[in-house]
Amino acid sequence: MERRDFIKSAIVVVAGAAVPMSALELMNPRDVLAANPNLKWAFLVDTTKCVGCGMCVKACKTENDIPWTANVSRTWVERYVVTKEGKVWADCPKQARDGFTSPLLDENAAGKISVDPNDIAKGFFVPKLCNQCDNPPCAQVCPVGATYKTPDGPILVDRSWCIGCGYCIQSCPYGARFFHPIYHVADKCTWCYHRIHHGMKTACVGACPFGARQIGNLKDPNDPVTLAVLDSRIGVLKSYFGTKPQAFYIGLSKEVD
Amino acid sequence: MSHVWRPLWVVIILVAGILTFRHFYVPKSFGVQEQGYMYGFHRLSNEKEWINFPISYKFSKDDSYCQQCHPGHVKSLLASPHAIIPCEDCHGPALNHPDNPAKLQIDKRRALCLRCHANLPYPGAGRNVVPGIDPVTHNPGQECVECHNPHNVMEGLQ
Repeated sequence: MERRDFIKSAIVVVAGAAVPMSALELMNPRDVLAANPNLKWAFLVDTTKCVGCGMCVKACKTENDIPWTANVSRTWVERYVVTKEGKVWADCPKQARDGFTSPLLDENAAGKISVDPNDIAKGFFVPKLCNQCDNPPCAQVCPVGATYKTPDGPILVDRSWCIGCGYCIQSCPYGARFFHPIYHVADKCTWCYHRIHHGMKTACVGACPFGARQIGNLKDPNDPVTLAVLDSRIGVLKSYFGTKPQAFYIGLSKEVD
Repeated sequence: MSHVWRPLWVVIILVAGILTFRHFYVPKSFGVQEQGYMYGFHRLSNEKEWINFPISYKFSKDDSYCQQCHPGHVKSLLASPHAIIPCEDCHGPALNHPDNPAKLQIDKRRALCLRCHANLPYPGAGRNVVPGIDPVTHNPGQECVECHNPHNVMEGLQ
């Protein structure tokens, strides 16, 4: 063997040995397909379109069998009023199930606050719901395996398995979870898992007259939500928690978190 | 050695009992699923249970479902700015209508209209684009539908 051939062969052997077996496994098409299912739900909220009518909350409570009179809801709308001096007021009376029909702000124990219209710099509404995080703290802390993330995104609660310890309700940074007053288990927005799996929009998306809410499939490159997430100026809530929220917002303001 | 074996038997029977109970009580599909141990530890069959949760609202695109039986109402609605409002927002969930319920509960209350039409003085908000009234001074106590046609709002007062 010539010196040159020996060096060539040695390089080939070393390079070949450097390829780990795990890298070859990644090339298995079955694994690649399993890791990339063709469904990944995403939610888009355009806060600039919201007028605070609360039709989404009404539809959600009706569709998902959440008691009308109880102060809990899977989705809600927040009102923000910022004065010219920089004071921020926010309220969400009854989760906005009846909309916002009065200029008085409901500050709970502090009573109804009246803000002089001439002092208002800006006022707006922000619809909120579960963000179906890619790193959901609620699913992580569940001690019994009752809440979990589905392969296509939404986080669900197994009502027959939940023991009602409330750990997940505490862990959600967005306050999206609550204790269901009838079933006595943790409850949360499912992005209407039963509707989106039958080719329908969620109840809140369907009820919104102004198109402030949209749901779409991130794996579909032509989906309006995918396109908006790709090319619009979007934000997410509390990104510093590292929860990777999958509800994206257009028109967030610094007062909102 | 019976003083050792007696409590030991109790422990052994207890552990065997718990394991037997667990074997029958925990469903076969319970375990670590696709999303891994941290986020995907659950009973797999629960996903199907949520998919089969009963649907109430139809929210058909461009109200084509409602149009089949109520073409007149849908036509006048589509000709007005209220065309953006889905029928079921005011008429209630209608997935299996007219079978069940045969008659829908129409929400004709003033409070329903005020959700959008109570004026709120917020500069730059979408609410300002919607024509608004002051509910305290604008015919208090009267229902909106007594004067306004909710389908074709441009028709003028009745």
